[in-house]
Amino acid sequence: MSELKQQLKEKIIEQLNLEDVAVDEIQDNDPLFGEGLGLDSIDALELIVMLDKDYGIKLADPKEGRKIFESVQTMATYIEANRSR
Amino acid sequence: MENTYFISNYCHVKNNAISLNGSLVYENEAVDLNTFLKSAYQNFQTDYPKFFKMDGLSKLAFMASEVLLKSIEMPEEGSNIAIVLSNRASSLDTDRKYQESISDSSNFYPSPAVFVYTLPNICIGEISIRHKLYSENSFFIFDQFNADYLYEYGASLIDSKKADSVLCGWVDVDKDKYEAFMYLVTKNGSTVHTKEEITRLYQYQ
Repeated sequence: MSELKQQLKEKIIEQLNLEDVAVDEIQDNDPLFGEGLGLDSIDALELIVMLDKDYGIKLADPKEGRKIFESVQTMATYIEANRSR
Repeated sequence: MENTYFISNYCHVKNNAISLNGSLVYENEAVDLNTFLKSAYQNFQTDYPKFFKMDGLSKLAFMASEVLLKSIEMPEEGSNIAIVLSNRASSLDTDRKYQESISDSSNFYPSPAVFVYTLPNICIGEISIRHKLYSENSFFIFDQFNADYLYEYGASLIDSKKADSVLCGWVDVDKDKYEAFMYLVTKNGSTVHTKEEITRLYQYQ
């Protein structure tokens, strides 16, 4: 799980172009949206694509993303339970 | 009788250099546009992380407007600065990148973050968000820089009281080629807003 969380932090920084954020600045339970990393709605769509592309998870209902993308911790938990690759 | 307006400030970004009112303010021998604009962003100590999410056209427009608008006194709220930009290549540079990303049907993962920049006027949105402008705006595509059209359109926005001033210009990115020229049309100043003056400033090296 900790390896997955590390991987997620690296992917989030790279794919969402967070040039001024370092991996060790993201805590597992930091909120990704709002006051945390300050991600926006387009970032949320990118995360949905990332789940599909990298972990074989298709979100049937994008509203599910609200819970899943709360933090790196919630993302990792969801991916562990649902991944097909 | 036509009203007389003025060009208060202008900015060029081209050939790895940025100039304001004809004076060089930044230069860097970067290998490409993104690297150059990133170094300019850092040099001007710009604190706006969303910059890194933009495509090349929006980064270029953002940087030119940043340098130009920082040189004037902007009220906290309620600036009625309209934006009228133009170029030759529309958003073609990003369109190509997006098309490339969706050309493999076995690896079909369209990127929403790239897709949102497949319209040239998005760069106007980025400037408006940055400077809290809720003003008139337009983006035109021409074969080449069209001083006549920008002159008429910019003046008409002030004539019709749709704007107090107008940020006009040319922002073009196509593969390795890029160029931005922006100028601010105002009601007061010393350089009279004419088609000839716009052309002269555009050609100014």
